[in-house]
Amino acid sequence: MQPVPANKAFADHVYKTDAIVLRQTSTGEADRILTVLTPYLGKLRLIGRSVRRPKSKIGGHVEPLMHARLMVTKGKSGMDAVSQAETVEAYPALRSNLERTVWGIYCAELVDAFLPDEAPSADVFGLLADTLARLNAGEEGMALRWFELHLLAMTGYRPELQVCTQCRGALAPNRFAFSPDAGGVLCQTCEQANRIEERQTPFLTPSVNALKALRYIQHQPYEEARRLRVPSPLANETEGILRFYIRYLLERDVRSTSFLDHLRRQAAL
Amino acid sequence: MTTPSRSMPPESLPSVAPVARLIEEFHKLPGIGPKSAQRLAYHLVRMSTEDARALAEAILAVKEGIGLCGQCQNITDRDPCALCGNVNRDHTAICVVEQALDVLALERTRAFKGVYHVLHGLISPMNDVGPEDLKVRELLRRLEDDKIKEIVLALNPNLTGEATAMYIQRLIKPLGIRVTRLARGLPIGGELEYADEMTLIRAFEGRQELS
Repeated sequence: MQPVPANKAFADHVYKTDAIVLRQTSTGEADRILTVLTPYLGKLRLIGRSVRRPKSKIGGHVEPLMHARLMVTKGKSGMDAVSQAETVEAYPALRSNLERTVWGIYCAELVDAFLPDEAPSADVFGLLADTLARLNAGEEGMALRWFELHLLAMTGYRPELQVCTQCRGALAPNRFAFSPDAGGVLCQTCEQANRIEERQTPFLTPSVNALKALRYIQHQPYEEARRLRVPSPLANETEGILRFYIRYLLERDVRSTSFLDHLRRQAAL
Repeated sequence: MTTPSRSMPPESLPSVAPVARLIEEFHKLPGIGPKSAQRLAYHLVRMSTEDARALAEAILAVKEGIGLCGQCQNITDRDPCALCGNVNRDHTAICVVEQALDVLALERTRAFKGVYHVLHGLISPMNDVGPEDLKVRELLRRLEDDKIKEIVLALNPNLTGEATAMYIQRLIKPLGIRVTRLARGLPIGGELEYADEMTLIRAFEGRQELS
């Protein structure tokens, strides 16, 4: 008996994928362009037709920061289009808290900025899904620092925190600097040599504890790192160091941080 | 005068400068592609001078005769606008919307008798649009008036709409004014099978007793 031939036409023009929606922009009458992160196909730009209409069967499943399972139809000339969607995880607790919503947007913005189009994405997909789940569960500070350091490592910007980036020598306590341009820490000798040769770029002088905390977060799995008790001045310092580094790499501020700062100023009043 | 070469592509034919300029201007409008822009421009070329002048004047009138209402920030040709100036409206309830078109949609329902406040956008951290880019300060100024009893947040049920609603609710809460929001749930004529998780959660939360 002859085997039934596979329906090749079907397989060729549609594909299925999991996706986390990173951002969306409105276009046309009621369409949206979605930037999504998939585990195996990298970052994709898809069109969601009529998703802004209240009765869209797709719209509610492809809001930013939603993990959905998509059926995608390949575009003949333009963008591939979402033809079916089903929510895998909506992170409802994240959505009902303003700060966590904005931190979620921040994570999506970093993934969008650091992950090149068509780059392999399975580990970044897992990292983002885990981080959104942690934010959804009410974990913030450590979950975010862990996300930042591990995203940087996955995308090729892992900061060197163990030894001097230039001479590979060990660091003496309180005699080191963090230089985004060098991609990590510098010992005092190299830092001063750079200064004399006027190769000096902006740098920070972190506390020993901040450096230790960042090293720990960089090397430990999340379940270990989350047990680290970080007092709030130290938490602020580690956040500041990573923000300084990320801003240097992107050559701009992360957009969502300006609203986060606004919320913090308001909370301090 | 040399005759144009036969191999010249048709796109390069409208080299008449004013027409090319008109096509360029139409092309800037939302939803107008290059072909539609050409069609509109050539339609205008064939239009009577009176019709063309009426169109040009209508466009100028919109830009020169229209501004924002000092109270609700909606677009209007007089200040206060027709809704804010209407004494028969309930001036103790303010419905907060994203854009002027939302006022039209809500007014069609005739379900709300109060007045409006147009924010002219939503907080969108991913695009660096913060509260200072919206008409939030103007809303707070209106709330200094003791007669305001209720704020209805009628913002889109999506991530940016929710973020904006949470932010405004946080600002208004200390003032002791009642803050409500539009119900979220299943659309009329929709099907349960296709509803997303968040809509179903909200629909359950807002379920009502049949009497």
